[in-house]
Amino acid sequence: MSLATDLPHSKGQTTGGAAKTHGLGTGQPAPRRRTRQRRERLFQWLFLVPAVVYMTLFFGYPVVKNVVMSFQEYTTSTFFTGEAPWVGFANYVTVLSSSLFSTSLLNTVLFTIGSIVGQFVIGLSLAIFFQRKFPLNGILRSLLLLPWLLPLIVSSAVWRWILDKDSGALNRFLGDLGIIDTGIPWLTSTSLALIAVVGVNIWIGIPFNMTILYGGLQEIPDELYEAGSLDGATGWKAFRHITWPMLRPVVSVVLVLGVVYTLKVLDIILGLTNGGPANSTQTIATQSYNLSFHEFKFGEGAALGNVLVIISLVFAVLYLRASRRAVDE
Amino acid sequence: MKSAQRTSRPLALAMAAMVGLPLALSGCGSSTAASSTEAVTEISVMDYYNNEPDKSFIGDALTKCGTQLGVTVKRETVPGKSLVSKVLQQSSSKTLPDVLMLDNPDLQQIAATGALAPLADFKVSTENFAEGVLSAGTYKDKVYGLAPTVNTIALFYNKDILAKAGVTPPTTWDELKEASAKLTAGDQYGLAFNANPTYEGTWQFLPVMWSNGGDEKKIDTKETEQALQLWTDLVKSGSVSSSALNWTQADVKDQFLAGKAAMMVNGPWQIPALDKQPTLQYGVVKIPVREAGQTSVAPLGGEVWTVPQTGNKARQAKAAEMVACLNSDENQLAMATARNTIPSKTTLSDKFASDNPKLATFTELIKTARARTGQLGEEWPAQATKIYTAIQSSLTGNASPADALKQAQGQ
Repeated sequence: MSLATDLPHSKGQTTGGAAKTHGLGTGQPAPRRRTRQRRERLFQWLFLVPAVVYMTLFFGYPVVKNVVMSFQEYTTSTFFTGEAPWVGFANYVTVLSSSLFSTSLLNTVLFTIGSIVGQFVIGLSLAIFFQRKFPLNGILRSLLLLPWLLPLIVSSAVWRWILDKDSGALNRFLGDLGIIDTGIPWLTSTSLALIAVVGVNIWIGIPFNMTILYGGLQEIPDELYEAGSLDGATGWKAFRHITWPMLRPVVSVVLVLGVVYTLKVLDIILGLTNGGPANSTQTIATQSYNLSFHEFKFGEGAALGNVLVIISLVFAVLYLRASRRAVDE
Repeated sequence: MKSAQRTSRPLALAMAAMVGLPLALSGCGSSTAASSTEAVTEISVMDYYNNEPDKSFIGDALTKCGTQLGVTVKRETVPGKSLVSKVLQQSSSKTLPDVLMLDNPDLQQIAATGALAPLADFKVSTENFAEGVLSAGTYKDKVYGLAPTVNTIALFYNKDILAKAGVTPPTTWDELKEASAKLTAGDQYGLAFNANPTYEGTWQFLPVMWSNGGDEKKIDTKETEQALQLWTDLVKSGSVSSSALNWTQADVKDQFLAGKAAMMVNGPWQIPALDKQPTLQYGVVKIPVREAGQTSVAPLGGEVWTVPQTGNKARQAKAAEMVACLNSDENQLAMATARNTIPSKTTLSDKFASDNPKLATFTELIKTARARTGQLGEEWPAQATKIYTAIQSSLTGNASPADALKQAQGQ
C-alpha cells in the first residue's frame, strides 16, 4: 500500500523544474541503489518459485483442466484417442437443467449449514469446557480427537452399522430404554437420512472445531477476565464481551474452512447412503462423482464440479474481505 | 512473445518430466518397436482378483497357461473399484497390459475407446459359448472378450425355516408374496434383497423385470411397472426390511446367515461363506416369475478376458493364446469348480451340474442369462442409473411405480 501512495507524491515533485537539478545532484548513487533493489527483488521472486511451481502443477493444472474438460465431450474414448470435441456450454445446460440439480443444491445447502452449525456450537462448547482445569483433562481432550484420526471410510462403515434399522446399536439402545418400539429407519427413510448423515458429519467435524477454537481461547490473556470480573463481567457476560470479540478472527477461519470442507464431503455420504434413498442425500459433490466415475460422463461431472468450485469461491472471497477488514482495523 | 516462450520452456520441460516419469516407471515392457518375429518370453496381465482365495485360483490358472505357452506371467491385481480408472489412465499413457480382465458390463466402455483388439484377429475360437456370454463380450458385432466362468443370481432359501413354517419354495410372484409374508415373524423377514442406489440394486431387480418382458431401453412400460410393483409391495407389506434400500449383496448374505431372512436373492459367490456355517441348510431355486409358464431370465455376471491394443503384434498374439487357454474346456471346469462359478460353454453345463449339484440351478440359468449390456452397449451405465433411481423412489413411497419409472425414463 505504501508504495502506491508514494508514487503520485514523488511524481508531483518531479513536475517542477527544481526537481531536475535535485535529480542531477544525487544522480550518481541512485542507479546503483536501484540495481541492488532490483537484485533483491529478484531474490524475493526466486524464493517464490518453488511455491509457484508447486501450486501450478498440483492446483493450477487440475483446475484449468477441469474448466477445459467441462466444455468438452469428454468420454472414455478420449483417454485412448485424445480426442474431446468442444461442446460449448452444453454440459452446463444438461447439468443445471437436470431435475436432480435442485435436489442436490438444496441438500448441499442443508448439509453444509447443518454440519457447520452443529460442529461449531458443540466444538466451541467443548473448547470452553476444557479450559477449566480438572483431572484427566488432557486425556479426555485427546480422546475427543479420535474421530479426526479415523479414516473416513472406516467411520462411515461403523456408523452404517450403528444406524441400521433392524440390528443397529442405536435402535437397540433406544429400544432397551423403552423409547421406541420398532426400529427407526435412520438411513432408509427419505426424511431422516439427511439428518442422520449430517449428524455423522458433525461428529467427524467436532475435533477440528474444538482444537482450533481451544487454541484461540488459549490466546486470550487471563488479565482480561480478571479485569472483567472486577467490573462484574463473569459467566455469560464475560463470554459476550471478552471471549467472543477476542475469538472472532479464529471463528471466521474455522467457519470458512468448515464451509469449504463440508461443501466437498464425499466419502461420508457415499459410505453411509450412496446418495439415497431416492436421492435424499445426494449433494452436488456426490452427483458430480457419480457422473464422472459411474456414468463416465466426464464433461458433465467436471461442469458440476465447477459449479461447486464457484460456490466455494464465493465463501473464499467473503473470507478474504472479512480478514482484510480485520487487518485494516 | 519470444521472451515469454523462452521463460516458459523450462517449466514445460519440468512438467513434461514430471508427467513422463510415472509413465516411464509403469511402462512394464509393452515396447512398441518390436517385430512380429520376436520371441515373446513374458506376458503382463492385469485383473481385480485381489482377495483370497480367488487371487490364488486365478493366479494358478494363469501360471499353468503360461507354462503351456512358454512365457512367464507378470501379473498385477488391483482393487475392483479402481480397475476401470486404472485402465483409462493406462490407455492414455499407452501402457496397457498384454492381457486385461474386465467386469463384463465395463467391456463396452473400454471397447468403445478402441483400446481392445477383436479376438477374431487372432483366430480365438468363440464356439459353444452361452449366447449371453458372447453378447457380453461383443461390441458392435465383434467379440473382444471371453469369460471362462460366469455367474448370476437366484433365490436362496433356508430349508429349516421353510419346513417349520410349512412353506415350499415359491415359483410365482403370488407364491413369493405369500411365502414371504408367512415367513415374516419377530425380527425375521421373509425375504432379503438389495435395492440400493448403485448398479447392484439394478442388477438384483433385472430378473423380475426381464422375466416379465420388461425392456431396459424403455423402462416406463407395463411389464416393468408390474415388476417394480412386486418389489414395492414386498417392502411395503414388511416382508422385506426397508433397509434393503441401503444394503449391499454382502449385507443381504449376512442377514440370511444370521437367520434374519428366510430367503434371499444372491449369487453363487456367497456359497463359501454359507458353507462355513454347518448348521445352515439351504437350497437354491430360480427367481419366481409372474405367471407359471414364463421363463426366469437372470442377468449375467462374471469377468471377461481381453487383449488390449498394445501395438506389439507378437505379444498380442501370445496374449490371445492366453485368453484361449483360460477358456479351454479343462480350465473352465477347473476354475468354475474352485470358485463356485459356472463354465461359460453350454457344452460343459450337463457334466458340471451333475458334478456340482449345489450349482445346478445357476448352471441352468446361465443358458438363458442375459448380458446387461447386450442391448444397451455403452448406454448401460446411464440406463442402469435410471432403473435404480426408479426403484428407490418407488420403494420409499415417493412415487407410484408407474410415476417413478416415467420420471426416471425422462431424466
